[in-house]
Amino acid sequence: MKHTISELEDIASQVRRDCLRMVHAVQSGHPGASLGCADFFTALYFEVLNHNTAFTMEGAGEDLFFLSNGHISPVWYSVLARSGYFDVSELATFRKLDTRLQGHPTTHEGLPGIRVASGSLGQGLSVAIGAALAKKLNGDKSIIYTLMGDGELQEGQNWEALMFAPFHKVDNIIASVDYNGQQIDGPTEKVLSLENLQAKFEVFGWHVITSDGNDMAEIVKALHYAKSLTGKGKPILNLMSTQMGYGVDFMVGTHKWHGSAPSDAQLELALNQLKETAGDY
Amino acid sequence: MKKYTYTEKKDTRSGFGAGLHEAGKRNENVVALCADLVGSLKMDAFIKDFPERFVQVGIAEANMMGIAAGLTIGGKIPFTGTFANFSTGRVYDQIRQSIAYSGKNVKICASHAGLTLGEDGATHQILEDIGLMKMLPGMVVINPCDYNQTKAATLAIMDYEGPVYLRFGRPVIPVFTPEDQKFEIGKAWMVNEGTDVTIIATGHMVWRAIEAGEKLAELGIDAEIINIHTIKPLDEEAILKSVKKTGCVVTCEEHNKFGGLGESVARLLTTEYLAPQEFVAVNDSFGESATPDQLMTKYKLDPSDIVAAAQKVMKRKI
Repeated sequence: MKHTISELEDIASQVRRDCLRMVHAVQSGHPGASLGCADFFTALYFEVLNHNTAFTMEGAGEDLFFLSNGHISPVWYSVLARSGYFDVSELATFRKLDTRLQGHPTTHEGLPGIRVASGSLGQGLSVAIGAALAKKLNGDKSIIYTLMGDGELQEGQNWEALMFAPFHKVDNIIASVDYNGQQIDGPTEKVLSLENLQAKFEVFGWHVITSDGNDMAEIVKALHYAKSLTGKGKPILNLMSTQMGYGVDFMVGTHKWHGSAPSDAQLELALNQLKETAGDY
Repeated sequence: MKKYTYTEKKDTRSGFGAGLHEAGKRNENVVALCADLVGSLKMDAFIKDFPERFVQVGIAEANMMGIAAGLTIGGKIPFTGTFANFSTGRVYDQIRQSIAYSGKNVKICASHAGLTLGEDGATHQILEDIGLMKMLPGMVVINPCDYNQTKAATLAIMDYEGPVYLRFGRPVIPVFTPEDQKFEIGKAWMVNEGTDVTIIATGHMVWRAIEAGEKLAELGIDAEIINIHTIKPLDEEAILKSVKKTGCVVTCEEHNKFGGLGESVARLLTTEYLAPQEFVAVNDSFGESATPDQLMTKYKLDPSDIVAAAQKVMKRKI
């Protein structure tokens, strides 16, 4: 372990503060799933990923991460900054004119750590599979990680990609699904039910593991376990349960904070619940 | 009128297939992807010699575009192959976000463009693809005119860094450009120098423009014929130089008149040098089933239509 679980939890707390402050500052953005995935991103970037903050697009010899549900950019930007890809002060530019921290992630402005634009949903897994195939062609044993939202699985392209990877034995990819059961218009089971996701992934040929994405010890363990499953002929899918808005009592477990910014008073209430552990930007 | 002859007829898609095979030999980073149309795209030679660098995606074009984008991240040069309809309209958002906006070095190679796909009918005959692709910032759009030019273009885009749309077709047509030609992206090819009217043609319409030029010569009209194989970036210098000499222009394309080469030329002329223009193009219509030749006649893309357009536009000279 590079960090103790307690240290990782402290980083995640700071990341959650960053997310809320970024979204509050411009009164726009997506705090709900950013909070829900703060533990996953922290575990990935501070513990699991073999990566170099001196960013190159190719990332030869490095693990690569792709975010498909680009609207949770605040949590990615915060973790990229906190792990050293760019200065944390740049988080203050989120969604502002001429920023590298666009509303949805992009390579267009040259932000280190981003390898493809995302935001229009359902495209990340395909891109990640392409990057995984390139790793294999290059004889690079590194691993490709990706995260998708669960609501995003309503996009058909995901199922093309889900069908492709097992058939082509893309076994150097670990795809995680943020299984929070919420989307903009309400719970996924009311908008368009995902039904038995685990069974669907398994029948498509993925090695599926389940995890609690809001338990730091468990998510670290799950990602390390997933890593041990690579190279065995099957792609790996981490079906990761999270709660949208996790860490703030009045935001947790509802789609209402999917894309709404907190007011001044709400921000204060929320920040009082999240320890400042590494200094606000 | 300069004399053009040919000894054989070939399809431009075979030019792509030959170019792709050669590209595979020249650069080990070249990879090819196909969505269940290997035979139609003439990818067999590449697959035979470089099976490890070929990805059969199945009938899943959106996934193919995403995988291609991802492959570039590892330094690969992916060439995707399917019909023009499924290379553009079906996957517009994937191209827009994962390839164009992300600045990925993907070569989108599209066969069976336009009416000359023939009997399969309008579902497969896309006439809007040039417009869709040229509107994407940073996208290069190329529509070569015969087998040799298509092969040369395929090799040229391998060496170009950035997203490219390469459009070609199904019918066998005369091979009239040199086998050893140097293909320069964005540089027009002067087919015939003339003084009375500028005829600008792309793709399958170039040979038809040559046939029209011969008929115009018989009528005493000296046509300048320019092949614009690269619709974006447009060779503005070559077009302006010609139109300043002739004072009028006819554009010819196997595409809807909206959004195609003609509109790119019109934009140039209205901003730089006013001159009348006629459009030999499909008149805002879908295609239909028939033989390619029957369709080219019905939709007014024949050499006689180019001749009529030239005569008409010359009367409108300012």
